Amino acid sequence: MKGGVFRIYTIGYLLFLYAPVVLLPIFAFNDGTVIAFPLQGFTTRWFTQMWSEPGLWPALKNSLIIAVSTAILSTVLGVLAARASTRYRFPGKAPVMGLIMLPLVLPEIIVAVSLLVVLLGIGIPLSIFTVILGHVLMTTPFAIAILTSAFQGLDRSLEEAAYDLGETPVSAFRLVILPLVMPGIISSMLISFTLSLDEFIIAFFLGGTQVTLPVYIFSQFRFPASVPVIMALGTILVALSVLLLTVAEYYRRRGIAKSGGKDTGGFL
Amino acid sequence: MARRAQGAEAEAKGGLLLIAPPAIYALLLLLAPLLLLVVYSFLTDGYLEIVRDFTFANYHEAWTNPLYRGVMLRSLIVSLLVTVATVLLAFPVAYFVSFHVEPSRKSTWLFLITIPFWTSYLIRVFLWKVILGYNGVLNAGLMKFGLISEPLTFLLYNTNSVVITLAHAYAPFAILPIFVALEKIDRSLLEASQDLGESRIVTFGRVTLPLAMPGVVAAVLIVFIPTIGDYVTPQLVGGPEGRMVANLIQLQYLRLDNYPLGSALAISAMGIVAVISAIFLLFTRRYLKGTK
Repeated sequence: MKGGVFRIYTIGYLLFLYAPVVLLPIFAFNDGTVIAFPLQGFTTRWFTQMWSEPGLWPALKNSLIIAVSTAILSTVLGVLAARASTRYRFPGKAPVMGLIMLPLVLPEIIVAVSLLVVLLGIGIPLSIFTVILGHVLMTTPFAIAILTSAFQGLDRSLEEAAYDLGETPVSAFRLVILPLVMPGIISSMLISFTLSLDEFIIAFFLGGTQVTLPVYIFSQFRFPASVPVIMALGTILVALSVLLLTVAEYYRRRGIAKSGGKDTGGFL
Repeated sequence: MARRAQGAEAEAKGGLLLIAPPAIYALLLLLAPLLLLVVYSFLTDGYLEIVRDFTFANYHEAWTNPLYRGVMLRSLIVSLLVTVATVLLAFPVAYFVSFHVEPSRKSTWLFLITIPFWTSYLIRVFLWKVILGYNGVLNAGLMKFGLISEPLTFLLYNTNSVVITLAHAYAPFAILPIFVALEKIDRSLLEASQDLGESRIVTFGRVTLPLAMPGVVAAVLIVFIPTIGDYVTPQLVGGPEGRMVANLIQLQYLRLDNYPLGSALAISAMGIVAVISAIFLLFTRRYLKGTK
């Protein structure tokens, strides 16, 4: 066996990483209102009970509107920034890129309170729209990270060939570059969507009376009786995000293969 | 020459045109709000509205009130503990994937490592509560195997549970930068060291580790800076003695409606983090420079 001790350690570490994720479906199908061992037997009633939860559906609708808008907006901004940083040299590039990437390390609560202060200052009422503003800020750095690797692998001569054949910069971008970075764009949209769907703090501060799915889940944790339903909901969400991520990973790898780059692995 | 200068100018123009929308977005919705937050932290909180009187009182309150000072200090200690634990635990994993996994299977391993990170953060934190609780999974398991006779109580609602949960949440942030740094190491350097008669351990200490330092430094910063502002984990598993600065900020903003004091707390926490990060970078400077 290659790696010996390190392999055993890494597998142990993966068990630690997966412990909560593995427990989730166990409790979602457990026929007991208390989230603890020993298990009480198999049931699907938490999943059926989910359909009649009054607060859940508006929260889901809000979350989907926010996540889809965030995915589109942050990917558009990400394409512009990634293209600018990989293809062009311009004054002030380092500080500007630094500012745009800052939310990657900035605690979300800082982003949330500073935006709250501004929005209330100018008198913009809190709503889904203000949550989208915050989410785009937070997911754009991730979009840029993914798209930069897609743009980096591009062969400049393909673009030059298009110019020689009479294409304008805009049409060359649309006909040559865009198809090549499409997998990166899809991957960026899926990642931004997933991040936005799961984001809590910004939605909690900037949503006002509009509740998103994580805010709804957080409020339900206060009532022990509704926790099993949340476990069922969580199981569906986890299954869905694993599916989305697998698709995103597939496109990311295909994108790297397409532009002739080498796979260095990972989203970040 | 003139033509080249013209080309550079055109290129700069193209670049600026492209970067303008994301840059303006970040200026308006990130930089301007952060600056306003700084301004707010010097204003006076009046009844129902904020009075435009310049004052240091908020900072005085944030730094001298034993309650705030205690929470700030605890947040700092928790962040440092989480950082040390996460980076130390993550290093061998990154090392394994970089040095002992077939190149074609590396991205699959990384994918496996990142999957739990993308599942609902709130629900993951809640499940740590289920694992660590008095009637929790861990206690039930240990009792079943006869390792303990009664449930351990030091697991949940204190600093321990906050550290464990955050070390879990930030794991991929530590593994990925270290992995990237390890991947960049020229393997022939390791062979050279061993050809010159150094043992594996000495080779690790004198060649691998110094060359991996840029990744370790990045991992430390990317874990340390956001953890101090985490709200969900201390709220759900921290209990009364596990509260951190984000809980205080939330309290000031959404419950007590004292924006100036909330801002002063937020800016203070960011200031402490920035100073510690700067000192840390200063100490690790030689590693970052030496690895060209």
